[in-house]
Amino acid sequence: MTPITRDRPFLLLVALLVMLSVAMPLLSGTGLAPSRYLTNAIGQLAAFAVLALSLDLIWGYLGILSLGHGLFFAIGGYVVAMYLLKHSFVVTGTVPDFLQFMGWKEFPFYWAGFEFFPYAFGVAVAVTLLISGVFGYVSFRSRVGGVYFAIITQALVYVAMLLMFRNDTGFGGNNGMTGFSVILGWPMGTSGMITALAVASLVTLALVLVGCRWLVGSRFGALMLATRDDETRLRTLGYETLRLKLIVWCLSALLAMLAGMLYVPQVGIINPRVLSPELSLEIAVWVAIGGRGHLVGAVIGALLVNALKFWLSSAAPDVWPFILSGLIVLVVLVFPNGLMDLAKFRLARPMGPKRMETKRMARGIGEARS
Amino acid sequence: MSLTALLVDGLTVRFGSFRAIDDLSLAIDYGEVRAVIGPNGAGKTTLLDVISGITRPKQGRVLFDGAHDITRWSESAIARAGLRRKFQKPSVFEGLTVRQHIAIGADVGFRSRLDAPALEDRISEVLETVGLTEQGERLAGELGHGHKQWLEIGMVLASDPRVLMLDEPVAGLTDEETERTARLVRALVRPDRAIVVVEHDMDFVERIADRVTVLHEGRTLFEGSMDKVRADKAVVEVYLGR
Ligand SMILES: Nc1ncnc2c1ncn2[C@@H]1O[C@H](COP(=O)(O)OP(=O)(O)OP(=O)(O)O)[C@@H](O)[C@H]1O
Ligand SMILES: [Mg+2]
Repeated sequence: MTPITRDRPFLLLVALLVMLSVAMPLLSGTGLAPSRYLTNAIGQLAAFAVLALSLDLIWGYLGILSLGHGLFFAIGGYVVAMYLLKHSFVVTGTVPDFLQFMGWKEFPFYWAGFEFFPYAFGVAVAVTLLISGVFGYVSFRSRVGGVYFAIITQALVYVAMLLMFRNDTGFGGNNGMTGFSVILGWPMGTSGMITALAVASLVTLALVLVGCRWLVGSRFGALMLATRDDETRLRTLGYETLRLKLIVWCLSALLAMLAGMLYVPQVGIINPRVLSPELSLEIAVWVAIGGRGHLVGAVIGALLVNALKFWLSSAAPDVWPFILSGLIVLVVLVFPNGLMDLAKFRLARPMGPKRMETKRMARGIGEARS
Repeated sequence: MSLTALLVDGLTVRFGSFRAIDDLSLAIDYGEVRAVIGPNGAGKTTLLDVISGITRPKQGRVLFDGAHDITRWSESAIARAGLRRKFQKPSVFEGLTVRQHIAIGADVGFRSRLDAPALEDRISEVLETVGLTEQGERLAGELGHGHKQWLEIGMVLASDPRVLMLDEPVAGLTDEETERTARLVRALVRPDRAIVVVEHDMDFVERIADRVTVLHEGRTLFEGSMDKVRADKAVVEVYLGR
């Protein structure tokens, strides 16, 4: 792997993120400032980019495809929504819609303490670690991998969606949660708050990017790639790949959770549709299009696909699913490394490594080592 | 330390009703190079799979160093105890450089326990031994077949294993490469190390092996020096004569 100091795309992207984070607050109030809509969109895209990185870490670098990462994203999203509602209630006395809808007089007992952000954050971390830890341990222990693992993760997110659609669980049910008015004591929806949330997302993205880059460049990162390329080989060299996979899997889940926490305050709503299998599939598409196993690629993939989606869903909402499926087919058949293949075409690299990568892609989605 | 590195005792491996290894017993000593030969499907790879913990036997034991029955150990525990193995199909990590392979082979922690200079020295030493010094920074996926074979040998060698198992180390190599590999294997002989080589190339086996075990349908057909193997009627019939 190229040393960090010579990894040009990575350094450029980090520089860009830092510049944006500094420029947006400085420009706010002047005529040069991006519109509220654009600022908000940038913030949401940054949250999606964090989500893409979380999947790239385990899929691109460890070869484990998850089609259920929406679950961890939703945990972050739901917990932050609970915090926002409870906090808003404490500050303004507004009773959340879903309580009124259910005819409940007060919050269910398990909402206790959610008005304190550190507590809510701790709960999100704990729940994410518990679910990813137990699920990962059981799967990796029985050496479930490849397509089987992907399908189980998809089932998991689907079950979670069905659960959250129920109105009696105390998490907003089918309408979800919305109407957040205060965050950390500040009113939401002001230009300043929109900028602040976008900057927080950009800074988090930059930090996550740097952290992931450090990890994959380390000895541990080399072991991740070794696990991806030939797990049995690594195990017969004395390594506990179960532990390695579990660590990265949980870390990835935490990053997805973090993305959810950044995303929900910016869209102002969460409902069970974040748990739909489609969203989880889409994350894989972002990463596949950007190029698995390339951090910068994952970020670019998330930005491109979502920009396309934002644009198309207003211009031609009906064709979006077809475009998405078309992209998937294109990536699988023609560009197994997504945009990274396009970059290689331009550089006219020899065929050898590309064919090798194709094989790896097939392994990534197809093959399950027993 | 016991004299016997590996004692295989009444080993049976079944795939369904088929016995790939059938009540097999054999002993391999420290200091020797043992060749295991036999026709396709004789159970040679399966034997190595059991010793390295990948396949669980139906019956029998494999004693390492005279004391530990390793048939219930995990692959990684067996490797950490000092038993290392090269696979029949060259198994390297395509996305890693040659040096990274040796670094992984030399140590078993998520974080290296050797300090950086010691590790670098060790890597250079191993690369020198297997003749890949020039290839250090190349990705394994870009290497030719012969280099991949040597890289894998280097990787399993890097930890100074007590038992070294090589499954078809010269398959697909040129005569010259085979010759180099033969010299490499002989150079790895040490009084406190047992080397097990599975191979079909009889000239190669003759050059490297101290003793030869002939497997057939999961059982030992013959055991002895290569001369005697060549002279044995039963062996000629099932294997060499074909
Ligand atoms: N996982 C498995 N499931 C079913 N049968 C198997 C399995 N592994 C090996 N066998 C069978 O067991 C027998 C022994 O296989 P093994 O790979 O040990 O042979 P070998 O002596 O290494 O042969 P070769 O010289 O071709 O490598 C073969 O008939 C093979 O088909
Ligand atoms: Mg074999």
